Amino acid sequence: MKFRVLVRLKPGILDVQGAAVRKALAGLGFTEVSDLRVGKVIEIELDTATADAARARVGEMCRQLLANPVLEDYTIEMADDLARRGAVR
Amino acid sequence: MRFGVVVFPGTWSDCDFHYVISEVLHQPVKYVWHRERDLDDLDCVVLPGGFSYGDYLRAGAVAGRSPVVDALRDFVARGGHVLGSCNGFQILCEAGLLPGALMRNECLQYRCQSTHLVVENVETAFTRGLRPGQVLTMPISHGEGKYHADPEALRTLKARRQIVFRYGEADGRVTRTANPNGSLENIAGIVNPEGTVLGLMPHPERAAEAAMGSTDGLLLFQSLLGSLVEDGSFLKR
Amino acid sequence: MTEAPPKVTLDLARDSGLTAEEYDRITSRLGREPTYAELGLFAALWSEHCAYKHSRAYLSRLPTEGPRVLQGPGENAGAIDIGDGWAVVFKIESHNHPSFIEPFQGAATGVGGILRDIFTMGARPIALLDSLRFGELDDPKTRRLVEGVVSGISWYGNCFGCPTVGGEVAFAPEYAGNPLVNVMCVGLVRADQIFRARAEGVGNPVFYVGNKTGRDGIHGATMASATFDESAAERRPTVQVGDPFTEKLLLEACLEAMKAGAVVGIQDMGAAGLACCTSEMPARAGTGMDVELSRVPQREVGMTPYEILLSESQERMLLVAGRGREDDVRRIFAKWELDAVEIGRVTAGGALTARLSGEVVAHVPVSLLADAPKYTKPTAPPGWLAERLAFDPLTLPEPPDYGEALLALCASPSIGSKEWVFRQYDQQVGINTLVLPGSDAAVLRVKGTPRALAVSTDGNGRHVFLDPRRGAAMAVCEAARNVSCSGATPVGVTDCMNFGSPERPEIRWQFAQAIDGIAEACRALEIPVVGGNVSFYNETSGQAILPTPIIGVVGVLEDAGRRATQWFKGAGHRVALLGLEHASLGGSEYLWRAHRRLGGRLAPLDLEAERKVQAAVRAAVSAGLVTAAHDCSEGGLAVALAEGCVTGREPVGLEAALDASGRGDHVLFGEGPSRVIVAVEPPRVREFEALMAESAIPWRWIGTTGGDRLVLRLGTKTIVDVALDRIERAWRSGFERHMA
Repeated sequence: MKFRVLVRLKPGILDVQGAAVRKALAGLGFTEVSDLRVGKVIEIELDTATADAARARVGEMCRQLLANPVLEDYTIEMADDLARRGAVR
Repeated sequence: MRFGVVVFPGTWSDCDFHYVISEVLHQPVKYVWHRERDLDDLDCVVLPGGFSYGDYLRAGAVAGRSPVVDALRDFVARGGHVLGSCNGFQILCEAGLLPGALMRNECLQYRCQSTHLVVENVETAFTRGLRPGQVLTMPISHGEGKYHADPEALRTLKARRQIVFRYGEADGRVTRTANPNGSLENIAGIVNPEGTVLGLMPHPERAAEAAMGSTDGLLLFQSLLGSLVEDGSFLKR
Repeated sequence: MTEAPPKVTLDLARDSGLTAEEYDRITSRLGREPTYAELGLFAALWSEHCAYKHSRAYLSRLPTEGPRVLQGPGENAGAIDIGDGWAVVFKIESHNHPSFIEPFQGAATGVGGILRDIFTMGARPIALLDSLRFGELDDPKTRRLVEGVVSGISWYGNCFGCPTVGGEVAFAPEYAGNPLVNVMCVGLVRADQIFRARAEGVGNPVFYVGNKTGRDGIHGATMASATFDESAAERRPTVQVGDPFTEKLLLEACLEAMKAGAVVGIQDMGAAGLACCTSEMPARAGTGMDVELSRVPQREVGMTPYEILLSESQERMLLVAGRGREDDVRRIFAKWELDAVEIGRVTAGGALTARLSGEVVAHVPVSLLADAPKYTKPTAPPGWLAERLAFDPLTLPEPPDYGEALLALCASPSIGSKEWVFRQYDQQVGINTLVLPGSDAAVLRVKGTPRALAVSTDGNGRHVFLDPRRGAAMAVCEAARNVSCSGATPVGVTDCMNFGSPERPEIRWQFAQAIDGIAEACRALEIPVVGGNVSFYNETSGQAILPTPIIGVVGVLEDAGRRATQWFKGAGHRVALLGLEHASLGGSEYLWRAHRRLGGRLAPLDLEAERKVQAAVRAAVSAGLVTAAHDCSEGGLAVALAEGCVTGREPVGLEAALDASGRGDHVLFGEGPSRVIVAVEPPRVREFEALMAESAIPWRWIGTTGGDRLVLRLGTKTIVDVALDRIERAWRSGFERHMA
């Protein structure tokens, strides 16, 4: 089973990297960008009996290591969710 | 007093702390491998600087979940002392042994420079030999040293007097221009409520000999040695 | 399985960079057509980058021997005895082409490569220095290159844990299409514990250690042997990606395995990767090697023998272990969470045999792989040279205001403060750095001894462009002078020769002349060249860079406490100028910045005078007679004095009277060798004068420190009178204002 974890800074925490990228885009003429935040994507493949069990395990991974609860939020997407949204080739 | 310097894959200030503790302070010291859990024969554990596990996920994230860091909880509960500098501070925060987190520097660049630290709390094992408001000179060297805590955590830090050092000017004023990384309220170092676990971004081991430009880093160790002798815990063991 | 390899033909050989003659030589020596994998081996090992085809004949002119030399050129790095059983190991290398294609990773892997060269010798790296050259900063593309290169160096060096303590950064339009990234590394090792890249001992196991092999960097060596064109951006996939964390583990594991006595020989898999190691290591030892490629740890599926042999994935080594020590090697590398896989054996008979699942895919004599042709093609000075030399800078008008001219020069990005660069580098890890970046040379103590090392890198492309022989000799003198100004005795040289395409006679002439100049200077100063690197093909669309030999010099300070830095320490110190007052505006920074001209003749170079001046400075520093010593280089005497005033922690003013016989711009901004300024406290003046008399060098007092202005007179006429804060602001912002 394939999962994609998106880790982002929590709302309200200044994202200096995002601000710098937005400034750079503006310099290239993309002045319409009103907000931009940089995060990271972690792709995970695992062998688990059911999707629910797998999702629970990935949630545990996020809580224990993948995200820092002081700073970061995360969302978990299963490859199927992505496919439905047309996000996966 | 017996010191242990922890070595993670990617640690690089380990040799420097070892050198200062053995050659400058003349105290017994050994390296502690990250997989060890037995810290019984130590009085103070040092978590040195470096890039443990490359800091590839987040600075200190993987090391913060290692066996030796897990063992630190008991060690601290039994009265042991812990000094985390640079990556060591990041590891202590990641492990939840100290509150808050360290983020990418506001300038988005690595910073290696001399800084002035204003001493705020002298009632910790590491600062009891110092004066409130005293200014120490110590270098920093990091890319992720911007201290962050949420408003609630910051209130607690202040209420329990856990803020030990702030970045300041040479004359002791805490100003925006003296803040090298965008840390919340210029915070450079904090302790646990008991004052036995210190985390700071600057490098005391690089300010421990006149030849290196400052000896202010030694004051932390001397405070620690003094406090342990006085309350008998040094002699007891 | 993978599809069958292409059939080897002359056309295919040509496509891989070999000439028809070279291909002919291979088939006749082999007595058959090479296999596809074998062709790959020859193409890589006979590339200019690996084989030094156009430069070997000239490089043999360099002096490489001396009483302190423990290892000269030909190994991973050179080694020099520094006393008390310690040796310093050092080398400089270029990563110009990869850095242009992908600045961050290119520069980062440049740092990674030179670090491995040092620790494969058994030495722990203690310092890095970077010599960088870029186009002019008003081009945003250049600024992005600078940002990428600096952050790549910063990332790799900092994460690995080796301080960056020096180097230089300069700008000229000739580097716009081909920046230079030269990295020098210095390490320390016990003199009797030096390891070499030799596959000794028939039957000894051969281990692959470090990162897994991928398809990255295939043809890196052949890429470095071709000029850039418009398609450079499309070559991106061949750029390697660095992993400083794994490199740090590799360092610790290698040093631990060496200490345990399990290692016989070891070589970094750099350019041409496994192909290079499996042929060079046995070639040096007169042995052969038999390796099974399917055992090589791989991170991509379906790699062909050709790809496995030629991959330039980073952070990998080939290690020959002692027979019976296999388990020790595996245990130590496992402790550091690294792969260590036995892939073959050292054999007798002098052949490299590579197999894939038992089947032989290449079987060639290593002596043939190591025996690339040596070219000595005709050389000729460039046609334009005479006209450039005939130009007389003194036909140009004098500046209307010398104070403003000095400020403009201090604000030149090449001269201005490089703090923006250095503050991104860890400068202190290892707690050895006694003099941080910003003085003439960095100084590092050698713990456990009273000694210290001083290190500097220098090079001036404009000087070499106008007079390759004298310009290159002057680069050696300047690097050595910087080391001498710190008080240290220069003991060894490493050189990085950055030139255009050697297929053109005028580039070959520049190269040959520069080598002769370096050889002369090294002989006169008695400093052997123990290693280095040649980087040809530094040109884009037929436009070559300024010919730029970068010279790295290492010196030994017998007493680490007796050292000097370049800035004035306080008021009331007498300031002296040592050395000949020969200077020239030819090829100077002033001529370029003020008049956008590159021409004229260089100042004369008297190597005997240079040697004596350096000896006199060292004697004065080691006797504790001077409070500052500073070399005069780019920007001339006036800039050197201004730097003495403003580069320290507190600015210190100066009033000085300069030679009144020449025109102001010539005296102030003319550049020339053999000149050093020193500051002496009044109680030591007599002693200093006695020492100078003994040294028999030309010198004179020129002024006294104090106040908050820099005042310079020609005879009785004041031509510069500027407040220090203006100079400091110009100098501090000169480079950084472009990078905001």
